[in-house]
Amino acid sequence: MINSRENQNTDLISIGLFALLVLLGWLNIYAAEYDPENAQSIFSLSTSAGKQLLWIGSALVLGFFVYLLDYKFFDSYAYIIYFIFILLSIAVIFMGKEVSGAKAWFEIGAFRLQPSEFAKYATLMAVAKFLADTKQKELKNHHLIVTGIIFFVPMVLTVLQKDTGTALVYTSLILVLFREGMSPLILIGLVGLLVLFVLTLVIPKTILLIIIVIIALLVLGLMEKTLRSVGWGFVVMTLAIGMVISVDFAMNEVFQPHQRKRILSLVNPNADPLGVGWNVTQSKIAIGSGGFSGKGFLNGTQTKFDFVPEQTTDFIFCTVGEEHGWIGAVTIVAIFCTLLVRLVNMAERQKSHFARIFGYGVVSVLFFHFVINIAMTIGLFPVIGIPLPFFSYGGSSLWAFSLMFFTFLKLDAHRMQMLQR
Amino acid sequence: MNRRAIIIKFIVWFAGLGLAVRLFYVQLIDANYQKAAQDNVVQKIIEYPYRGLILDRNENLLVYNTPVFDMMVVPREVVIPDTTRLLQMLQMTLEDFTKQMDKAKAFSRQLPSVLITQIPNEHLAAIQEDLIDFEGFYIQPRTVREYTQPILSHVLGYVGEISQKQLVNDTSRYYRSGDYVGISGIERQYEKDLRGVRGVSYRLVDVQRVAKGKFRDGAFDTLPEPGKNVQITVDIELQQYAEKLMAGKVGSLVALDPKTGEILAFVSAPTYDPSLLSGHKIRDNYGQLEQDSLKPLFNRALQAMYPPGSMFKTIQSLVALQEKEVSPTEQIYCRGDLIGDLAPAGHYDIKRAVTLSSNNFFFILFKRMIQQNKDPSAFLDSRIGYEKWRTYVDRFGLGHKLNVDIPNETAGHLPTVDYYDRMYGKSRWKFSNIYSLSIGQGEILVTPLQMANLGALLANRGYFYTPHIVKKVGESTALGFERYDVGIDSAHFQIVLDGMEQVVSNGSGRRAFVKDLQICGKTSTVENPGYDHSGFMGFAPKDDPKIAIAVYVENAGWGGRAAAATAGLLIEKYLTGEVTRKHMEDYVLKGVFHD
Repeated sequence: MINSRENQNTDLISIGLFALLVLLGWLNIYAAEYDPENAQSIFSLSTSAGKQLLWIGSALVLGFFVYLLDYKFFDSYAYIIYFIFILLSIAVIFMGKEVSGAKAWFEIGAFRLQPSEFAKYATLMAVAKFLADTKQKELKNHHLIVTGIIFFVPMVLTVLQKDTGTALVYTSLILVLFREGMSPLILIGLVGLLVLFVLTLVIPKTILLIIIVIIALLVLGLMEKTLRSVGWGFVVMTLAIGMVISVDFAMNEVFQPHQRKRILSLVNPNADPLGVGWNVTQSKIAIGSGGFSGKGFLNGTQTKFDFVPEQTTDFIFCTVGEEHGWIGAVTIVAIFCTLLVRLVNMAERQKSHFARIFGYGVVSVLFFHFVINIAMTIGLFPVIGIPLPFFSYGGSSLWAFSLMFFTFLKLDAHRMQMLQR
Repeated sequence: MNRRAIIIKFIVWFAGLGLAVRLFYVQLIDANYQKAAQDNVVQKIIEYPYRGLILDRNENLLVYNTPVFDMMVVPREVVIPDTTRLLQMLQMTLEDFTKQMDKAKAFSRQLPSVLITQIPNEHLAAIQEDLIDFEGFYIQPRTVREYTQPILSHVLGYVGEISQKQLVNDTSRYYRSGDYVGISGIERQYEKDLRGVRGVSYRLVDVQRVAKGKFRDGAFDTLPEPGKNVQITVDIELQQYAEKLMAGKVGSLVALDPKTGEILAFVSAPTYDPSLLSGHKIRDNYGQLEQDSLKPLFNRALQAMYPPGSMFKTIQSLVALQEKEVSPTEQIYCRGDLIGDLAPAGHYDIKRAVTLSSNNFFFILFKRMIQQNKDPSAFLDSRIGYEKWRTYVDRFGLGHKLNVDIPNETAGHLPTVDYYDRMYGKSRWKFSNIYSLSIGQGEILVTPLQMANLGALLANRGYFYTPHIVKKVGESTALGFERYDVGIDSAHFQIVLDGMEQVVSNGSGRRAFVKDLQICGKTSTVENPGYDHSGFMGFAPKDDPKIAIAVYVENAGWGGRAAAATAGLLIEKYLTGEVTRKHMEDYVLKGVFHD
């Protein structure tokens, strides 16, 4: 099945970037746990790095199998795959094992699998399938609603698994909808709400309300005074004011106490430096102490001596920042950006809607993981515990990201054979 | 290309740029993180040196260190699976435990605090075994002072936690909160020698504070220097005997080697067992000792001030002889009507006056020294005479500290002309106002140490060495204790010492007499608002003095009784090694000196 033509069409740039990230991730996992008093080989299976090597190998095998499948398989079986993972996600709520508060794991022998990681992959396919099938017609509001339901179901199931961080990843699919014709106002509106939410926590309420009213009056004064635009202006202003007033309610009623603390510790990490603020404070110390060029490979102290929690998984970026400094950190950021832009370019060259939309889905999920993961290590976003793609230690996430990546690569390799539908 | 695709690519690059800028700020602008990282992983470990030992003059061990074990707690790491068992193990009530834990948390959540000081050794093994089940608790060894004998508390002093005030006043900035430091006695005086120099090592630790190797390969580490041993001049056996004699009495005893100024015995009674103030026991015992109406913490030998009484007549004799106001053979007729006197009327020369302690004789002598007819005004004349006389007496070591190497010595009181000016008005006083001084009463006050030193300078015929308690610090014996000459020709001493010998062999000091020991002495019956104090000062043997002594027993009446008897016994013990006069020993030990 793998013929020379397919090989020629496989995108080597993205494969190269993928390989680079996996390799650098592996080295940093080794460094994050390296104990100078008791140094072990990077290949030793008693280290996370040694185990990650097994995960990397198996992820490549997985990618190989994806390549063996017929390219039409994904399009045809998208909904079935989706339903299988929805069922698995329901099952894990009842039968799963609880690990650090989240009931999101199946335990099979010595291995643990996290269906929510794979549910992302399945959801991407279902969303791509649905949007592609409706693409012949104009994208209507009810199509948006159905799409919303497709990713809202696994999202709710993930919340029920008490893994809010992973659930939030689904919001990134807004980017796919934006590409496929959703009004940009929704994107702007959502970003605006997020900004307003953070501002409410930082600025005293009355001052914020006064600012909103002043801005609203200025905008109203400047814009064309049609009934319609003035009406919309008032609606937005009222929503903003309502948002500001209801933030306290949301903070107290909607969020769990530990989530509330994480959000507040973002605004002021020094309020409780040894409690909730500990993760962020220590993470920033590790990265901040790296300086311009870092302390050198294996010479960091903050991560390997356990000051930074989860140093091989969610906080793997701390090791990069500490041992390789600003240069190293920015290099990783640049590699991710390059890969994402490459994937956008690849998505754009697809003839089939399914392949393009799936491609954008991959971009959205990777982008969300990459930005939010790094942002939380440097105190720009609450700690929600999601891994850095291809980089963090962990089988489920590496497998899931590899599946997405290789599936899209497979679709891309066959882009010439696919008909526009 | 699709416009929205371009926007999405822009969003990606913009997000990447945002992260890069934030990273730039965290890694390159804000310098706090570098320091915080170092504070995290670099642990400074203080290594306390062994505190020096204290030995007696024959190198018998007096004070040493013994390990004790404190229970420490690190609040952040505490895991208590079973509170009842923990409380049982620690033998604490829940209330106490909560209070201690709150205190520890208030201090620091990551740094260890003391939960229980000095766990009794009998509980230690059981606790250590049980402790495995409770995270965040551990046992830390430390040392406290231990004493081989329950003696010499006023000399040795004690060690305790440094006070806030001492920390503030520590200009060397050596000490840190929680350090142990000599609070009194030799422990304080020789603190710098005894404590040694603590070492510091820097090591890398992980978040559990488990060591991960040396910081920069130990480039900043220093080794601790052990404290120096201090050898004191006291002989344990003699000291034990002295404390036995003084037991049940209030007063003090100081014995010196006149040839060197070394203190042979030093008692302030009542005394206390020095181990009462060692380690955690101080908390239970200090308050009790402090509130004791007999003030056992008060170092009477250095700090109590008494009038010298008749002992002072030796000084009066010597100054008068030096000033040629009297010749060794001059006979003065005393009717006994100038001042109250127990000595009979008759002719007195110096020797007889000393032996019989004639108040009138010394009244006349003092008057001669004060009234010199240098000025027509009786007031100014007395002032000139007094100033000259005072200069002499000052050189006998009175009215100022002798600078003994035990802290908190008092100066006593030798009135200055200014003092009398303030008392009576400028130059409104003359001999008739100050004649009490002639017999060592009135405004003059001395410490027992100063009187022992008087015994030494009489024994030496005119000089003394600064009295001191320490013979050797580490390997050094050159401790710089100086010789002082009192400025009286040594020839003048003979007649005074002859008188003192008579006092013991045939006078008021008979209870100090020991055959063949040539003991010279002078008793004092110190007038006092209450019952008189009993005092004795002397030395022996006359021709080759080996011991000088002063004894005060408060409210014990005649100097010839309690004080003389005690001094005689101690001299006998020191010079012969044993006491033959058992009846005298029983008399002193019984302690009933009144009729």
